[in-house]
Amino acid sequence: MSQGLVDDVAAGAVLGAESADRGGVPGKRRSVVRFFLRRPGLVASVVVVVLVVLAAFWPDLFTAQDPLRGTPAQLFQAPGGAHWFGTDELGRDVFARVVHGAQLSLQATLIALAVAFAAGGLLGLVAGFVGRWVEDVLMRFVDVLLSIPALFLSLALVTALGYGTVKVAVAVGIASVAGFARVMRAEVLRARQAVFVEAARSCGVRWYSVLLRHVLPNAIGPVVVLATVEIGTAILAVSSLSFLGYGAPPPAPEWGTLISDGRNYLANAWWLTTLPGLTIAVTVLATNRIARALDGEWARQR
Amino acid sequence: MRRYVIRRIAQAVGVLWAAYTISFLVLDFLPGDPVSAMAGAGSDAGPVDPAQLARLRHEYGFDKPVLLQYLDYLGKAVRGDFGDSISTGRPVTATLAEALPQTLALAGAALLLAVVFGGGLAVLATYTNQRWLRQLLLSLPPLGVSVPTFWIGLMLVELFSFRLRLFPAFGGDGLRGLALPAVALAVPTGAIVAQVLAKSLLTALDEAYIETARAKGAGRARIHLRHALRNASLPALTVVGLLAGQMMANSVVIETVFSRDGIGRVTASAVTVQDIPLVQGVVVFGSLVFVVVNLVVDLVYPLLDPRIVVATGRRVGVA
Repeated sequence: MSQGLVDDVAAGAVLGAESADRGGVPGKRRSVVRFFLRRPGLVASVVVVVLVVLAAFWPDLFTAQDPLRGTPAQLFQAPGGAHWFGTDELGRDVFARVVHGAQLSLQATLIALAVAFAAGGLLGLVAGFVGRWVEDVLMRFVDVLLSIPALFLSLALVTALGYGTVKVAVAVGIASVAGFARVMRAEVLRARQAVFVEAARSCGVRWYSVLLRHVLPNAIGPVVVLATVEIGTAILAVSSLSFLGYGAPPPAPEWGTLISDGRNYLANAWWLTTLPGLTIAVTVLATNRIARALDGEWARQR
Repeated sequence: MRRYVIRRIAQAVGVLWAAYTISFLVLDFLPGDPVSAMAGAGSDAGPVDPAQLARLRHEYGFDKPVLLQYLDYLGKAVRGDFGDSISTGRPVTATLAEALPQTLALAGAALLLAVVFGGGLAVLATYTNQRWLRQLLLSLPPLGVSVPTFWIGLMLVELFSFRLRLFPAFGGDGLRGLALPAVALAVPTGAIVAQVLAKSLLTALDEAYIETARAKGAGRARIHLRHALRNASLPALTVVGLLAGQMMANSVVIETVFSRDGIGRVTASAVTVQDIPLVQGVVVFGSLVFVVVNLVVDLVYPLLDPRIVVATGRRVGVA
């Protein structure tokens, strides 16, 4: 939420860039290369995200060790050549657990974003398109959602829904509906005033056609950008809830759970908390960097 | 001015009412039977006696129509009665009031750190002529918002309690016990304050009045602090208001990490045992904090910036 707060107003710029991109002029490719060459941090971020996605789908690419079964002879081994991230209290390879945990964490993040995007987008779309009292009611509702701190709202939903990765993800998603609804409404209002919408209306096009073919495609860009901005927030929120113990049940290596497990051995095995936490931080940093690039730099470059 | 204040307070009450309603809908309306959860809470005994369930249901009014239940609960909530905690049996309001001072101390200290260091970072980054220093400083806030709060807390414990033995790891009273959790809680907020303030400082430094001040011979430091910072601090203030509720919520994680008593610990254990009245109280309390802080920010605004005229009833601040 926090990151979104800073620049949810500025989320508008990318739309133009995307449509300009379809030219396919040879000079374009060189400018793309130059764009990335000037931003080594961005390139590193893309690499990190690609690695995390690969780990989520094909964890065996990175490690052959079993994330759930440990070797009793190798308890609490410090990070080294055999175990990159060391081993835990049951002799399990922490690197293997982090790699396999990517799947759960990525799944939860995507579910949370999908829920927020769909519910918030729909709220904003209806509010912006219908207008009048419907808009007032919906947007007051969104204001109230904003007034409840996101984590508290997620916790209330977890209390009602129960534990588990998917439920936590849904709770995080619902808690971030408000931002999506606001941006969507603003964009629908903007698109609705465009001349081509006026033209379509005066040609007698039905309202649902106007909505789906003219307003929605022109309003959705900034909402997509907001979704990328919110990826990092969602990862953090999901990991907080699983750190508190509301995520997947014990043996599952969710990232937040790994850290809370390692917390008991903070004094003698620093790697159990430090390295999984570092993984979360690097992943969030990378997605935030990419979101920032999508959000402005790319459009400004052109 | 008075009419404006009354209107804003009425708005705040409206938001609180709606927040209560949303929490009621979420907690009492969704699948899962609160009564069986209640009867099951705290005891691992097998199936609960149906007659006892029915009695509990009646006691809590769950056998009445939902709307009646809602009005009943709302009427009590207006009088500050959020029911009794299921796990301890004590009134929710008293439980929260007892936990509040600890959390207020923590959140207050964290807010102070966030504003001082976040603001200081922004001022220094925009003031310095050293390119490397500016880039270094400006690269810190994105880092701060990317790191999980609970992990920062654990790293601080690891470093300052176990390695250097400077601060107590868990619990701990007084300032020494407060230091590490407050720093951990301050990082995400401070990072956002720094980002917003740096952005608005850069905007302010481009304004014409800076040119005027320079032409009149004012020094660089004076221009930066007296002219630019004064104008640029308003958006940062708004953001601080918006983040206050979030800070309260983050205390759940931080108080768990440091095993400190407070609203956050109460919340975490209430969620764990599905203590619905207590969770509901926490949600409404979070909303109350948000609403009150933003009300204060909006009322302070015209004092800081005389150009804002509230008599017209225009809503000030960033929506």
